[in-house]
Amino acid sequence: MFELPSGAEIQSIIASLRMSVGFFIPEIYLSVLFMLLIVIDLVAKGRKNNLLSITTLLGLGGTTFFIYQQHFMPAGELFFGMYVLDEFALFFKYFFVLSGMLAVIITMADRQFDREVKSMGEYYALIIAMVIGMIMMASSADMLMIFISMELVSFTAYILTGYFKRNPRSSEAALKYLVYGAVSSGLMVYGFSLIYGLTAQTNLINICSELSQHGYDPLLMILATLLILAGFGYKIGAVPFHFWAPDVYEGAPTPITAYLSVASKAAGFALLMRFFYIAIPHGGPAYEDIIGINWVSLLVLISVASMIYGNVVALWQKNVKRLLAYSSIAHAGYLLLGIIVMDAFGTQSTLFYLLSYFLMNFGAFYVVILIANKTGSENLEDYRGLGKKMPLAGAALTVFLISLVGLPPTLGFIGKLMIFSALLAKGSLYIWLALIGIMTSVISLYYYMLIPLNMYLRESPESEEKNMNPGLIANILMAALMFLTIYFGLFFQPLSDFAKYSSAMFGLRLY
Amino acid sequence: MLSLIVFLPIIAGLVILAVPSSQKQIIRIVSLLAALAQGVLAVLIWRGYDPSLPGITAGPGGSPLGSFQFVEKLPWISLKLGGLGSLNIEYFLGVDGISVTMVILTALVSAIGVLSSWTIQKQVKGYFILYNLLASAMMGCFVALDFFLFYVFWELMLLPMYFLIGIWGGPNREYAAIKFFLYTLFGSVFMLLVMIGLYFSVIDPVTGNHTFSLVAMANQANYIKSAILGPDNVMWRYVAFSVLFVGFAIKVPMFPFHTWLPDAHVEAPTPISVILAGVLLKLGTYGMMRINFPLFPEVFHASLYVIGIFGAINIIYGAFCALAQQDLKKMVAYSSISHMGYVLLGLAAGNTEGMVGALYQMFNHGTITAMLFLLVGVIYDRAHTRQIDKFGGLASYMPVYAAFVTVAWFASLGLPGLSGFISEAFVFVGAFSSVTTRYIAMVSVLGIVFGAAYLLWSLQRMFLGQRKQDAAYDLVVGDDGHEHIHFHDWKGKLDLDGRELTMLVPLLVITIFLGIYPMPILGLITTSVNKLVEVLSPLAMR
Repeated sequence: MFELPSGAEIQSIIASLRMSVGFFIPEIYLSVLFMLLIVIDLVAKGRKNNLLSITTLLGLGGTTFFIYQQHFMPAGELFFGMYVLDEFALFFKYFFVLSGMLAVIITMADRQFDREVKSMGEYYALIIAMVIGMIMMASSADMLMIFISMELVSFTAYILTGYFKRNPRSSEAALKYLVYGAVSSGLMVYGFSLIYGLTAQTNLINICSELSQHGYDPLLMILATLLILAGFGYKIGAVPFHFWAPDVYEGAPTPITAYLSVASKAAGFALLMRFFYIAIPHGGPAYEDIIGINWVSLLVLISVASMIYGNVVALWQKNVKRLLAYSSIAHAGYLLLGIIVMDAFGTQSTLFYLLSYFLMNFGAFYVVILIANKTGSENLEDYRGLGKKMPLAGAALTVFLISLVGLPPTLGFIGKLMIFSALLAKGSLYIWLALIGIMTSVISLYYYMLIPLNMYLRESPESEEKNMNPGLIANILMAALMFLTIYFGLFFQPLSDFAKYSSAMFGLRLY
Repeated sequence: MLSLIVFLPIIAGLVILAVPSSQKQIIRIVSLLAALAQGVLAVLIWRGYDPSLPGITAGPGGSPLGSFQFVEKLPWISLKLGGLGSLNIEYFLGVDGISVTMVILTALVSAIGVLSSWTIQKQVKGYFILYNLLASAMMGCFVALDFFLFYVFWELMLLPMYFLIGIWGGPNREYAAIKFFLYTLFGSVFMLLVMIGLYFSVIDPVTGNHTFSLVAMANQANYIKSAILGPDNVMWRYVAFSVLFVGFAIKVPMFPFHTWLPDAHVEAPTPISVILAGVLLKLGTYGMMRINFPLFPEVFHASLYVIGIFGAINIIYGAFCALAQQDLKKMVAYSSISHMGYVLLGLAAGNTEGMVGALYQMFNHGTITAMLFLLVGVIYDRAHTRQIDKFGGLASYMPVYAAFVTVAWFASLGLPGLSGFISEAFVFVGAFSSVTTRYIAMVSVLGIVFGAAYLLWSLQRMFLGQRKQDAAYDLVVGDDGHEHIHFHDWKGKLDLDGRELTMLVPLLVITIFLGIYPMPILGLITTSVNKLVEVLSPLAMR
């Protein structure tokens, strides 16, 4: 039997909790916003207006204020080592809030919602819930917390994927997502339990110190790592845990696709980096098993497979959303390259790449939505001749795609430059990885260019003069995203400095 | 000055963006004005250029900028990198003898390209925006002295070129455009890796930081011995040299990477062919002279033989292919491959004569091939076909055109008195006086014979003799009782009109003038080439 804690102990626990709460304000604020949105939905039931979306947008915008204040707080663990506040987490908080806002904005632009669903009801509340979950993923310092926050994100994502209830593709996507998600989180929990068995700890830092003090069975450890990687790999959409991605991306409402492909992937990367940088001991005797593989070589395998598979399979895609799904698998591979190098520069370049991916991928999906509003289709064939009818959309999409390929003068080029620089700064060790990355990005040019090819080089079969202007606000937003993609491609210093600042975990430089 | 000449076309492009697309004439005139202003600037640069300063690299003890002229150097980006100090990129422009000739060539060819684009009717606005973007990027490549900046300009050329071929090209344009894009990107992504590797291997002697400056990279004393591309890492230096060489060779294009060129040329509209042959191909050999060779001089010396052999293959293979072509434009495209082979051969000679010949050949090939493609465009506009056997006896009906064609064709085959002769002569003098390339040169001389064969043969088939049975035109008896030819649906002037003459006459004058008196160009380049040869010579190496 456990002994009940004494009064003094309870007092100290409460005191500690109260102290931690002060560092938890953005999350609390978002939870309040979540409930507020449900109430607003109940009050304004049935009315189709922008009340919900505007509230969400403003609410999310307000979060940045609270996050900004956290810059001045000391970095460290909260809630008995469950949670952590550091520059790394702050980076992702901004990232998720901004991507949430962009998701709301492009939801407002998407006309498919008008056709498919009666009310937007819980949609915005669920997006907020997902933002909270992702923020918690990026801030978790404990395996239990990791699991809970990951499930919070997954469950909201399942619902949002299937939000078009009467659309069979949407429901199919949600079910597939659910099944794969359940399996992989089950595997991950098994991996966690193995590590708990090794160390009797759930806190990442304690795990690290236990492992380095007492040693471990390498075979068991590599098994645990593999299982945990299954969970993380599912979130980042890397081969071989990617099977859900194309169907879900194609079936889900496009704003959710964009959101999943950027924010959910980034959350997976946040977890991956934090777990492997913190929990696994570094610098000691090589963490290797009898067959000579360690977790870095596992990541190398996953990364290479993702780059090759994603880029090659994308060549045959006829649907733009599906094409972008495979491209996002490939980008997971590029992002992993920055983690593999395992140094400060690598972390910085991964964070930078995430920022560039954020801008160009959201931009691309936004244009895809605007085009689908007018043509009602996401098929490559229906893009024929659109360059002439929608000049700005065509130009913007071309810029985003060029950026995804990684050509200058766009942000995507700088992202690739940083990643490959990080690889080559290690000397000749990872040159072959850089070579694979480079070669696959040449392959990617072919399928990305299929879209401008259809838009500009081919004539549209029907020539009736429909009004194809997406509207003033959409044009401004599109132009702004395009401008930023190019501007930051030429003057990337602020983003890169921010990424460097954010590469500190637990308030200390780890290398 | 250099910034202005680089960005003038982009500014013009932005102006065009504001012009409504129905105002075609205004769009054309804005482009023309920008191109002319570029030409004026090029002349100013030419006049203000001091040919006694060598450039190429900063010698020991000299100014850190080297003896480059019109230098503009601004810090562009200075990043702090985790654990690695900082990443410094500079906006660094400047010219020396090698680039100043290319700047003049680019300005000339861009202006002629604008004139040649006058007949473009489809989506004029988009066309000229892309055209101006391309013109800026090309100019930027030739004056950039920071590897990063060079790379940005280099890649910036691809997208406009893709669309210019892909939208305004011939029936098979999709294939040609993506083939061009993939080939060149394939070459340049490896350049990216080498660029990063070089960055981590070179230290700027002044600041002590890593640098992208090509001036610093061209001095072997600035390399860190044990770095990935430092002098100790012999294997990786060979690999880096090879992939850079392949990257540039794709642009040249060198056998076996040449297959994109005939496709691109055949599908591209005339002005784009002119730009492609006149300027873009030179970027390949320019990149070799600016980056590939001076940065890896010892590898360059070890591979002289290989470069020479590939040059000879280009010369002969290109000539043979040209001999087999039925399509006039394809023939000219293959002749381009053959003539760029001379440049490679001159470079492989590794001595001053060969290098001067190579650089001079780059300039001459730019002007002569521009002329050839314009002339092909003239006949295609009228007859809507380029099949050589659809013509015959044109000389008696289009005498002015025939005269231009004859001079251009003779210039291309290297007739003494025309500019092509002098550069080819220099190349061969250089190649014969180098022990390595002597025998290669002997074989390559055959290329001149085959070159004469395909050019003279096509001249004969098209312009002499009688009208063919299935010719692309009819013969009608005019009011004056003489026979005239009549092209189906061609309403303009039969022989060259004023616009066409405006494009062709300057090129013709330059070709003849530089054939008689080459000093204006040779005087510009000799000091720099001497310096380059000195940098490349085995004695200069540690």
